[in-house]
Amino acid sequence: MSKKIELLVGLFAAIGIAALLMLALKVADSGISGNGNTYQLYAKFDNIGGLKVRSPIKVGGVVVGRVSDISLDSEDYTPVVTLDIYAEYNNFSEATSVSILTAGLLGEQYIGLLPGFIDVSVETLKPGDFIEDTKPALILEELIGQFLFSQGSGD
Amino acid sequence: MSEILVDIKNMTFKRNERVIYDGISLSIPKGKITAIMGPSGIGKTTLLRLIGGQIKPESGQILFDGHDIPQLSRNDLYEVRKRMSMLFQSGALFTDMSVYDNIAFPIREHTELSEDIIEKMVLMKLEAVGLRGARGLRPSELSGGMARRAALARSIALDPELILYDEPFAGQDPISMGVIVRLIQDLGQALGLTSVVVSHDVPEVMSIADYIYIIAEQKIIGQGTPEEIYRQTSPLVQQFVKGESDGPVPFHFPAAPYREELIGRGSK
Amino acid sequence: MQQLQILGHTIIGQISGLGRALLMLLSALFHMPNPRKGFPLLLNQLYSVGVLSLVIILVSGLFIGMVLALQGYTILVGYGAEASLGPMVALSLLRELGPVVSALLFAGRAGSALTAEIGLMKATEQLSSLEMMAVDPLRRVVAPRFWAGFISLPLLAAIFSAVGILGAHLVGVDWLGVDSGTFWSVMQAQVSFEKDILNGIIKSVVFAFVVTWIAVYKGYACEPTSEGISRATTSTVVQSSLLVLGLDFVLTALMFAN
Ligand SMILES: Nc1ncnc2c1ncn2[C@@H]1O[C@H](COP(=O)(O)OP(=O)(O)OP(=O)(O)O)[C@@H](O)[C@H]1O
Ligand SMILES: [Mg+2]
Repeated sequence: MSKKIELLVGLFAAIGIAALLMLALKVADSGISGNGNTYQLYAKFDNIGGLKVRSPIKVGGVVVGRVSDISLDSEDYTPVVTLDIYAEYNNFSEATSVSILTAGLLGEQYIGLLPGFIDVSVETLKPGDFIEDTKPALILEELIGQFLFSQGSGD
Repeated sequence: MSEILVDIKNMTFKRNERVIYDGISLSIPKGKITAIMGPSGIGKTTLLRLIGGQIKPESGQILFDGHDIPQLSRNDLYEVRKRMSMLFQSGALFTDMSVYDNIAFPIREHTELSEDIIEKMVLMKLEAVGLRGARGLRPSELSGGMARRAALARSIALDPELILYDEPFAGQDPISMGVIVRLIQDLGQALGLTSVVVSHDVPEVMSIADYIYIIAEQKIIGQGTPEEIYRQTSPLVQQFVKGESDGPVPFHFPAAPYREELIGRGSK
Repeated sequence: MQQLQILGHTIIGQISGLGRALLMLLSALFHMPNPRKGFPLLLNQLYSVGVLSLVIILVSGLFIGMVLALQGYTILVGYGAEASLGPMVALSLLRELGPVVSALLFAGRAGSALTAEIGLMKATEQLSSLEMMAVDPLRRVVAPRFWAGFISLPLLAAIFSAVGILGAHLVGVDWLGVDSGTFWSVMQAQVSFEKDILNGIIKSVVFAFVVTWIAVYKGYACEPTSEGISRATTSTVVQSSLLVLGLDFVLTALMFAN
């Protein structure tokens, strides 16, 4: 078998595997390239809107983690979102607030964290803690409804 | 007759509805050259394929050294085929490899010999058919006659017990014809190989065959050593040996009478 | 009556054809050539089936990615949602276009070549001559070709999708001005490895199996004449394309309809 064929087949396999790796790592960001360790925080929302598992968690636009689970609290039936936060961001204060935001008017929804001030009197959030200060997703239909309603009552 | 290698007993074969062989029996002695002659399209190639187990007869036995070819399992058939080889009428060289690799192919497939030894064997066979200089060519670069000789070299590459030659002389000039005749003879005498030669070339066949079968009309119409064949008075045999187009052996594929067909056409 | 009989005849013919194809495949797969002899054969076939299809896959993938980006952008920008260009292109490619279009191109480029090659080997008695040399053509000719196709197509589909995404990046980011960070990060947020990439790979594996199987069977079973080969080649392309599209619907329904 000629060397040239061996070489070209090897090249073909290499390109194929490179393509698969690119899809797995760069396109899907399957967590293998994620920043390794994470810790969990929880947040209860009245309404999560279109938030999905794997939606990003951002602080000022910087991704600091991903939503890893969404479930209903078994007692009061409010949605509980599990936040996987990269281990390097481990210094959020208890005053941190969390809200569900939308990228653009119709874009995807993500979680925005607003770190509160850090003070000796305020403790930092530990793994497994609940974030108390949450703002639910804005639901476009509700907003429009409110808007129309206030217009109607203004007349 | 000496020991028998291939024994066909009361074998019937049909292509669709057309009977090609109607209960023929013939035997091919070991270490001898048996020739099979007969008009074109009578089923000589078919007979070789039947012996090779590529097609199965309707009924009857085809014994190769005691194995009934049509009854063998796939694996056993492949085992038996290692002991035979066939020169195809079309040559059937592998077009994706050079002449050298074609002839080395059966050796590489069935033995664990080193490339050095294989090279010696291949060159020997190529020399025997006068193609040593053409070893690097592709089959598409060979002339018809050269391709047949290369195929011949491939079929004798492993010196199998039984070699089935389908028209080995076709398309050869008188010199290479002589060479091939001698080659087949030598293989038989020196190595004791059994050969079955299908051919129309009466003088060549007469010169090398130990025994001859003449087939026509689904049957064996004549058999014997070359001398016996010459001496046979049967008009069928005489017509074939002398090459007369007029006679009891039909030259045409079975058809309605020519005149009838022409007149039938005209009246339409 | 007549029509009914013809219908029955056709159906029986189809089913027995399927049975023969299955038998052929099984004997090809269960009689693998031994690795020392088989590997060079496989390598050669990977070359002619895989490497030689690479150019058409690269070029088509690039252009389809670029076109998707261009079309997608003009629609998305109307909603101010051009940030979703990345996931839109990536999901279309990974879930559908990558596996399907590369399977269709593969059927035309490599499948037809396989059928024609095996058919011509049959017509020129090379297959018979292998049999008479006690070399099983199913092992020697069919098996390496089948495996080469089966291995090549999923790789080609992955290459197709990857190149397509790069093409979309070229158009979307470098020409139309979508932010590169947004392009990738929104894509990463939306594309899931198991759901999208793995399912796409499963699709292309299924297509690889089907297309290569049809191609080698059509060649192996073709009538050994010029018309026979040309008919077999055509029906390889037609049947495998139709089957790919039909199976794609079934697989999509199974995978993505939750
Ligand atoms: N694949 C086939 N399908 C149907 N009929 C066939 C097939 N092959 C051969 N035949 C028929 O079988 C008969 C015998 O063919 P065969 O090739 O054995 O003839 P032959 O004696 O070798 O002729 P020639 O001397 O011309 O080579 C022919 O009449 C042919 O029509
Ligand atoms: Mg013949």
